[in-house]
Amino acid sequence: MKFVAVTSCPTGIAHTYMAAEALETAAANAGHEIEVETQGAGGFTPLDPAVIAAADAVIFAADVEVRDRERFAGKPTVTTSVKSAIHDAPALIIEAANETTKTPVPAAGAGGGAAGASAGLAAKNYGHSGIAKVRGWLMTGVSYMIPFVAAGGILIAIAFMLSQIAWGETGVVAVTEVPLDELIANFSVVSLQDWAAMLFLIGAAAFGFLVPILSGFIAFGIADRPGIAPGIVGGFLAVEIGSGFLGGIVTGVIAGFAALWISRWKVPSAIRSIMPVVVTPLLATLITGALMIILLGRPLAAVSDGLTEWLNSMSDSSAILLGVILGLMMAFDMGGPVNKVAYSFAAAGLATVGASTDAPQLTIMAAVMAAGMVPPLGLALATTLRKRLFSEAEQENGKAAWLLGASFITEGAIPFAAADPIRVIPSLMAGSAVTGGLVMAFDNTLRAPHGGIWVLPLIGGPLTYLLAIAIGTVVTAGLVITLKGLGRTREDIAVEGEVKDAVTV
Amino acid sequence: MTELITAEMVELDLPPGDKDTTTARLVDRLVAAGRVTDREAFLADVRAREAVMPTGIEGGIGIPHARSAAVTAPTVAFGRSADGIDYGAADGPATLVFLIAAPDGGDADHLKVLAALSRRLIHESFREALHQAEDPDQVVALFNREVVVK
Repeated sequence: MKFVAVTSCPTGIAHTYMAAEALETAAANAGHEIEVETQGAGGFTPLDPAVIAAADAVIFAADVEVRDRERFAGKPTVTTSVKSAIHDAPALIIEAANETTKTPVPAAGAGGGAAGASAGLAAKNYGHSGIAKVRGWLMTGVSYMIPFVAAGGILIAIAFMLSQIAWGETGVVAVTEVPLDELIANFSVVSLQDWAAMLFLIGAAAFGFLVPILSGFIAFGIADRPGIAPGIVGGFLAVEIGSGFLGGIVTGVIAGFAALWISRWKVPSAIRSIMPVVVTPLLATLITGALMIILLGRPLAAVSDGLTEWLNSMSDSSAILLGVILGLMMAFDMGGPVNKVAYSFAAAGLATVGASTDAPQLTIMAAVMAAGMVPPLGLALATTLRKRLFSEAEQENGKAAWLLGASFITEGAIPFAAADPIRVIPSLMAGSAVTGGLVMAFDNTLRAPHGGIWVLPLIGGPLTYLLAIAIGTVVTAGLVITLKGLGRTREDIAVEGEVKDAVTV
Repeated sequence: MTELITAEMVELDLPPGDKDTTTARLVDRLVAAGRVTDREAFLADVRAREAVMPTGIEGGIGIPHARSAAVTAPTVAFGRSADGIDYGAADGPATLVFLIAAPDGGDADHLKVLAALSRRLIHESFREALHQAEDPDQVVALFNREVVVK
């Protein structure tokens, strides 16, 4: 078979050429032909277009943007980091050869965008390299989302911290209630309250981007640049209809495949030039948005109503069981519909108790907050104990997760959950369930709707409360480490390495 | 054209250390040989590159490198370590360390010798020969023989 490849690294004097040599050697050993374009510091000699046209597949081994990538459009492609080409070029050659035999993404006529998109997804899901691909898309989205989590989460945590000084005991509530226009009109540099409120507003703004960015860059991972607009818009809608980050993963995948599908249409050359800037984003955004609103909006609302009703009916059953269930719900989708139902159940209960100091609603609020603190804390502990199981970006995120968890910012766990939902989410649920149950058993109470350890003075039985959180944290960390250690495939490690490289470039 | 490497840029028994101290040792050799004009500036460039992504690769190789205005000619300093120095490769520390110095700007031809060098590094036979080399002169001879600009 004939391959072409592009190698490219940050400095362009070492890895670029090592990868090229490794690929050439591996291809020759396997009896294939390959021509490699080294995009190094000394510029590059573009491959002959005839060579590209004759190639069966393309390998991109690049840690920086491949220059003039459009020359390779439409070819079966394997994308990886420059290091993985150096380490395991023979496997890449095999992968490239396999890629040429794969079913292409279905063309027009498959019955509308949805059918085309899901068929494309199914076709790519076969076998291990399919799973590795999905992981690659998720990790791409996650890697772009992490800075928003860190910036927003830490700002909000500091705002909570300051608010407890600025307002006193219930500062965490007051800080969230300062409207932006009022802050602008009355901002005073000597007012700690104003500073706290400003930090909170900025942090909340950053958090508003979590799911849109996750979704947008999952779509980017699938379809390259045309995926970004439909992915971000879809992610925004996913938040608007209350589907949380799991909805954002769905919109990212839909947007990516819609964009990929449309960009492969055979169109007259007159239209071709406006495809990437007008037609593809327009149609892919429409398809993604419409699917979210029409197909997912109503079922999600029904799920959330049903769960609320069910929780209300549970109120009379065993307190510990209720705590366990709330814990499971808090950790399931972190800001998604299930989490919201559990949180609203507690917050609404809190609003009804008035001045009472031992109403069961106060215990439920305590259980919900503790269960929401455990996921980031558990992951922070896991990244501290077993660095090697996490990508570099995740390790960094793990450090911020201590503060986010302590501040009851459950979103700190989303990057981990979005990157590896199957292993991470059950671990989070288990830890939060333990903590939820323990808080109910210890009969802790809480008179604020959020705030984490910054509202410790408002917690009844603070020592047992912290103990419950600590136990759940250990359970989550232990399970994450066990599951990640058990089910690791070669692909996972390769994908992680790749994303680690991509993130740090 | 200046030589890619000379005997004074080879150190066959690196003392135990981390990548910072090891890189600095090799940089000192380049400074002494007149290949690097500003030790601190070049070190900072190498560290900046290392921070982007560790340069260790599997098979016990570390290739700290940078393009820098402080470099006068394309040069490599070579160090060998019995214990290994951690350059961040997945499979463990590096026993062969190549500090690659590229001048900033200048023409692309200058960089070709470094490209040729990098291409040799992935070959097991080249690595093995470096492990076997008994003195710096053998190392220099090996580089001169194997690193050929096409």
